[in-house]
Amino acid sequence: MEPVIEFKDFSFKYRAQTQPTLRDINLSIMPGEKVLIVGPSGSGKSTLAHCINGLVPFSYPGDMTGTLRVGGKNPADIGLFGVSRIVGTVLQDTDGQFIGLTVAEDLAFSLENNLVPQEEMFAKVDEVAELVDVKKLLENAPRELSGGQKQRVSMGGVMVDDVEILLFDEPLANLDPATGKRAIALIDEIRKNRKSTIIIIEHRLEDALYRDVDRIIVDTVPDELLVTNVLAGQGIREPLYITALKHAGCNILAADRPQHIETMKLDNYKQPLREWFNKAERKKEKNKSVSALKVEDLYFSYVSGRPVLQHIHFDIKKGEMVSIVGKNGAGKSTLSNLICGFYKPGKGRILLNGEDVASLSIKERGEKIGLVMQSPNQMISKPMIYEEVALGLTVRGVPEEEIKERVYETLKICGLYPFRNWPVSALSFGQKKRVSIASILVMNPEVLILDEPTAGQDYRHYTEIMEFLKDINENLGITVIMITHDMHLMLEYTDRAIVIADGNLIADDTPARILTNEIIADKAYLKKTSLYDLAVSCQIDNPSEFVDRFIAYERQQRELRLREKSTKISGF
Amino acid sequence: MSKILSYEEKDTWIHQLSGVTKLIFFLLWCVVSMMTYDTRILIFMVLFSLVIFKISKTRWEQVGSVFRVIMVFLIFNVVAIFLFSPDQGTRIYGTRTVLFHIAGPYDMTLEQLFYELNVVIKYFTIIPTVFMFLVTTNPSEFAASMNKVGISYNVGYAISIALRYIPDVQGEFTKIKHAQEARGIEMSGKASLLNRIKSTSSIIFPLIFSSMDRIDTVSNAMELRGFGKHKKRTWYMAKKMKKNDYLIIGLTVIFAVAALVFTFADGSRFYNPFI
Amino acid sequence: MENCNRAALTGSMKHRMPRRNEGKMKSKFGIKEVVAIGIGTALFVALTEIQIPTPIPNTYLQPRMALMAFLAAVFGPIVGGLVGLLGHALGDAMFYGSVWWSWVVPDGVVGLVIGLFAAKYAVKEGGFTNTKAITLFNVMQVIANAAAWILVAPILDIVIYAEPVNKVFIQGIGAFIGNILIIGILGTLLCVGYSKIGAKSSSLSKED
Repeated sequence: MEPVIEFKDFSFKYRAQTQPTLRDINLSIMPGEKVLIVGPSGSGKSTLAHCINGLVPFSYPGDMTGTLRVGGKNPADIGLFGVSRIVGTVLQDTDGQFIGLTVAEDLAFSLENNLVPQEEMFAKVDEVAELVDVKKLLENAPRELSGGQKQRVSMGGVMVDDVEILLFDEPLANLDPATGKRAIALIDEIRKNRKSTIIIIEHRLEDALYRDVDRIIVDTVPDELLVTNVLAGQGIREPLYITALKHAGCNILAADRPQHIETMKLDNYKQPLREWFNKAERKKEKNKSVSALKVEDLYFSYVSGRPVLQHIHFDIKKGEMVSIVGKNGAGKSTLSNLICGFYKPGKGRILLNGEDVASLSIKERGEKIGLVMQSPNQMISKPMIYEEVALGLTVRGVPEEEIKERVYETLKICGLYPFRNWPVSALSFGQKKRVSIASILVMNPEVLILDEPTAGQDYRHYTEIMEFLKDINENLGITVIMITHDMHLMLEYTDRAIVIADGNLIADDTPARILTNEIIADKAYLKKTSLYDLAVSCQIDNPSEFVDRFIAYERQQRELRLREKSTKISGF
Repeated sequence: MSKILSYEEKDTWIHQLSGVTKLIFFLLWCVVSMMTYDTRILIFMVLFSLVIFKISKTRWEQVGSVFRVIMVFLIFNVVAIFLFSPDQGTRIYGTRTVLFHIAGPYDMTLEQLFYELNVVIKYFTIIPTVFMFLVTTNPSEFAASMNKVGISYNVGYAISIALRYIPDVQGEFTKIKHAQEARGIEMSGKASLLNRIKSTSSIIFPLIFSSMDRIDTVSNAMELRGFGKHKKRTWYMAKKMKKNDYLIIGLTVIFAVAALVFTFADGSRFYNPFI
Repeated sequence: MENCNRAALTGSMKHRMPRRNEGKMKSKFGIKEVVAIGIGTALFVALTEIQIPTPIPNTYLQPRMALMAFLAAVFGPIVGGLVGLLGHALGDAMFYGSVWWSWVVPDGVVGLVIGLFAAKYAVKEGGFTNTKAITLFNVMQVIANAAAWILVAPILDIVIYAEPVNKVFIQGIGAFIGNILIIGILGTLLCVGYSKIGAKSSSLSKED
């Protein structure tokens, strides 16, 4: 069989850059294969995708060496339109990919461009809508859809073309865990029904592995890959149950099929895991008592009688690190808008350090409560990194010298110091995200609210940012609130999670207890953690305690590693 | 964000007309309304557009807030005309019938009142048709039908993208404004003009620059899905021109020609009741 | 360091290989232009609401004009002109329920005229950082605004609406001053800012 995609000694350098982004790539993908390509941000994953779908070199020019065949043809010969008949791309930015005014039109977009007669289009759109389960939404506008629905429309929009290859660029980046799980299942179904070749580019490995894949590229089969330590070395998060087994000193064998916790053979691992559990230390309870941000019976609605939030009640203590979780559209963003003063609550009070903030203006609140938006592009207004980070201080009239000192310090903490004289545009998305966090941190807020702080970041950058947030939380005493649907984040870095579903607060508890409670996890569109499944399968009677101990152990390990690193540095 | 006029699906024969029919009607209607100052025709047009407004089942709530804005602007303009040129009516109609003296050079004349009445009526010939056009025309079908009558699909699609993105851009703008306000950048207040422009820039720069990225993403996405591959394209939302469409277009053209002939028959675009 | 960068930048600009889109960009009507008109018009409409008050009563500066000038400078006369026409017509229709054609057309004229020298400004390629490009842009915007507001708009107002001559010219001069101000400040800043962003340079390197 001929490979459907073949890279031979392939290198590519963007015109704007000094170093090639892809170097000596040799890769063959066979028809019908389902391949997962993993790698940290900036590793060239997206560039590889652009080479496959023709955007490189047609939209992003640069220098290419070696050979590349897509569907047996040289993309340079058949042009972008030629490639697009072979490869269907689902972009990470499903909103940008949504072109039509309604779902039906968007599904039909490619057909329209290919001069398909209207009658035929109706049939085809119906068929595809059925396939990706958006049949009921055909007349809806994009703003009426959730992220998951938009993504399904994107998938449908490329599948109407009967392409051989479906390319997914970070399909999980903007979805909550439950929706992400559904997307992965849908991709798998499509593959089974259509026999298409599937290429998924993703760094959330555990989630992407929810359904079988044939191959993971850092080039091995999944079961073998999982037993090695390659992933951690590459800055990719291995599934948590694998990590737990490794902590327990188990030597995992590929023969036990570790790809899915549900089907993995655990017989040989039960005993060591239980022993480890009994030995492992309990999590230390931190005692914090001074209230930082208190919300009392908050109520908000756009249209009277249809509350977006109601009976919201919680008390976040000074120095806590808390996550606010719930599915897209549950009311999390509305809550942060209320706290920052962008909206006025219909009922209830918000207290900062025990004082009602109702009378404070947005700007006055902004000095105490820093808000980092989800997309850095919503915040960055200066072309240069330094100016951007300095902006908040500049408008507050801080002296030049102090600005410089504080900006440099913040940039160093955020790992951006080497780029301080760069234009923002030269940075990757993840780096821009760090710039936007830096631009708030530089003002030393008391409470920091971050909307999806780790969206679109790989494990290495995720760890860096979260360690950094933890650092300022512990050392500067800043209270950190994160709005997220990243379960790793809530488990590993927060001691408390507030769960919102359909405008109501349904839980306020430790993440370990929430993620081992099926009812709550379901309601909030979270997933149970795989650690829970592992604990249950190994007959550990208190799964949430197991999760707690795992996290405590992880934190301890991480601290040891960090300390090691810092002594190494000071030893020089 | 202010409420803006937008399409609402309803089942009236006006809704079912092709977008092009409504566009041709709207444009010719504008031309006639601009050209003529014949009060009789203007009054006929106001009455007729009110009828259309009624038939299209447009509710007052859909357009009320916008209507109030127009009224303010209208009053402002009418007063301005009087302040700048209290004898514009006399210049046009040739007579000067003083009703009462106000101050200085300002007399209230019957001619001026009549002229300004015409200006006001002119507004009212357009307003209901703008409402009708925006509220009854399905934007998706509109792009398709523009292409059907020979306008490049590129233009149609550009308008379609504009309509697709207006709500998104508005939402985005509000978000960015909030985030920047929290950082300490204020748009209102007693700041100097230059500072106001500066803080406006802090809010619109992220909006515009992220939109520039969006232009790249969207054009990539469109290109990946074959937009611009052929000289023509088909349309999912296309509607065939029906009997009613041809009928309305025909009647509109006849009306436009007749109205203009009637207006200019005496060599002047003004209807002069004073001679 | 920054100066050094910029020198390297403008130097390298001259020897850039033609990009696939580049020839098209300034003259032909490609996909990017279609999308630019679409999203540009959406932005123009959304910005209709933002008016910066001036010391003169009832006179506001319109940031949407700066946006249009910026788009014209980046994408050329067709995009500039159409964003002006469509944006103004749609914006007025949606927000104010009426279309004042005698002020719609001049907006198109401004966008068109400013866009004529898009290739010379080289905003996207990082060329809009020298005085020459900035001066040319501003000379063009003054000419464009003069043509639009002191010539086209008053004439249309007189011909179409038979408005008093002195009123329309004073209104026109007001619009002229307001627009050269907002385009001169905000428009120029937008172009410079975006030019710095677009400055694709091979001289970027990390510093310790």
